Amino acid sequence: MNTPSSYLPIIIQLLVALGFVITTLVASHLIGPKRKGNKKDEAFECGIDGVGNARVPFSIKYFMTAILFVLFDVEVVFFYPYAVNFKEMGWHGFAAVSIFVGFFLIGFAYVYKRGALEWDK
Amino acid sequence: MTLALIAKIILVVAIFVLTLAVAAYSTYLERKVAAFLQDRLGPDRAGPWGLLQPLADGVKMFTKEEFIPAASEKFLFILGPGLFILTALMTSAVIPWGPALVIAGEVIALQVADIDIGVLYVLGVVSVGVYGIMIGGWASNNKYSLLGAVRASSQMISYELAMGISVITIVMITGSLSLNEIVGQQAQGTWNVLKQPLGFLIFLVCAFAETNRAPFDLPECETELVGGYHTEYSSMKLGLFLFAEYMNMFISSAMIATLYFGGWHFPYMDKLGLGPNTLAFLGFTVFFLKIVFFIFFYMWVRWTLPRFRYDQLMHLGWKVLIPLALLNMLATGAFSLLF
Repeated sequence: MNTPSSYLPIIIQLLVALGFVITTLVASHLIGPKRKGNKKDEAFECGIDGVGNARVPFSIKYFMTAILFVLFDVEVVFFYPYAVNFKEMGWHGFAAVSIFVGFFLIGFAYVYKRGALEWDK
Repeated sequence: MTLALIAKIILVVAIFVLTLAVAAYSTYLERKVAAFLQDRLGPDRAGPWGLLQPLADGVKMFTKEEFIPAASEKFLFILGPGLFILTALMTSAVIPWGPALVIAGEVIALQVADIDIGVLYVLGVVSVGVYGIMIGGWASNNKYSLLGAVRASSQMISYELAMGISVITIVMITGSLSLNEIVGQQAQGTWNVLKQPLGFLIFLVCAFAETNRAPFDLPECETELVGGYHTEYSSMKLGLFLFAEYMNMFISSAMIATLYFGGWHFPYMDKLGLGPNTLAFLGFTVFFLKIVFFIFFYMWVRWTLPRFRYDQLMHLGWKVLIPLALLNMLATGAFSLLF
């Protein structure tokens, strides 16, 4: 069984990793040369002047993907407690999860049918 | 307690150094493998056979000018690469690196933290990596960076679903989320790859997509996005992004070996009649060789296959892998209940 102290080594590892990241960023900040200029500090564009801000609207498909991910990922997380207890729960649990997977697939089929997964149209 | 704590600290530092060394030499190996496959020489100037090349690259990264665009969000711009490499360094905490050592009568596990929810921990930490890319790309205030970041995060979250479902089958046949337990059961019985060939294939494809490696390296896509989410980055901040990618490759190779190829286990391991410390050493070596093989496999694939188109990538992730992974899960459930 785990106690809260089982997670202590993870904190140690986090401290080591944080130390490395901060040291590296500070060191490269101190070592490298710095020369500033109005033209130089502009965002990169292939040899021509940049037009406007980069925070412009982009394809709604990416947003749809994110929304669908949140939906389906929550459903996937529900499978984990079942998977751990899979052997004890036997056929009864399997039937229950099959119904749940059925709901998952109905949702998936709906999204598919509405064309949310079409990227080439 | 104190001895155990000191052992843990030594282990954390050792794994940290190992991760850095493997990531550094993966950059060297990548160029050597590419050169070998394309009948070239590869790096051979710095030291014998170019072996000092990663060090030279590191020094170069440190001494380059640090550039922050005027229109960017300065704090987020620095946070992006830091967060990305931090998550890459944190995943190794739950991987069992070998059988337990016995020193002065004390059993010392070669695993930083043997927590019950190992699999969930890995999936959770890996998903935080998406923030690093998204924050870095958005903060740059550059169109190429933003497009690269949006592509990268869409790709990573899409393949995370299929990956999560394919790991569930492993949890089902093991009955535990602890990676130590998963390796232990494979050492008792057979390796999971024999029980879960389809699950392994799905996991492998998703691992390639999660680490943004070819043939799924669309976020970087040098030819159209000039580097993607790290277009604006220079000096060690660029270095951290690139370095983290190689660390992710190392960790995902370790995960593939742990989940499907028995971790540190090799056939006839317990019939050799060796002491626990010799076995721990042999087990670690075997595990490391498995990891190196998968890192080589990553490179082999990169220099063999062309890049996917974005709609093909999304098609594969959503319409092929997710239904296939679900089907595999149900089939595994029915099969193991029947027999």
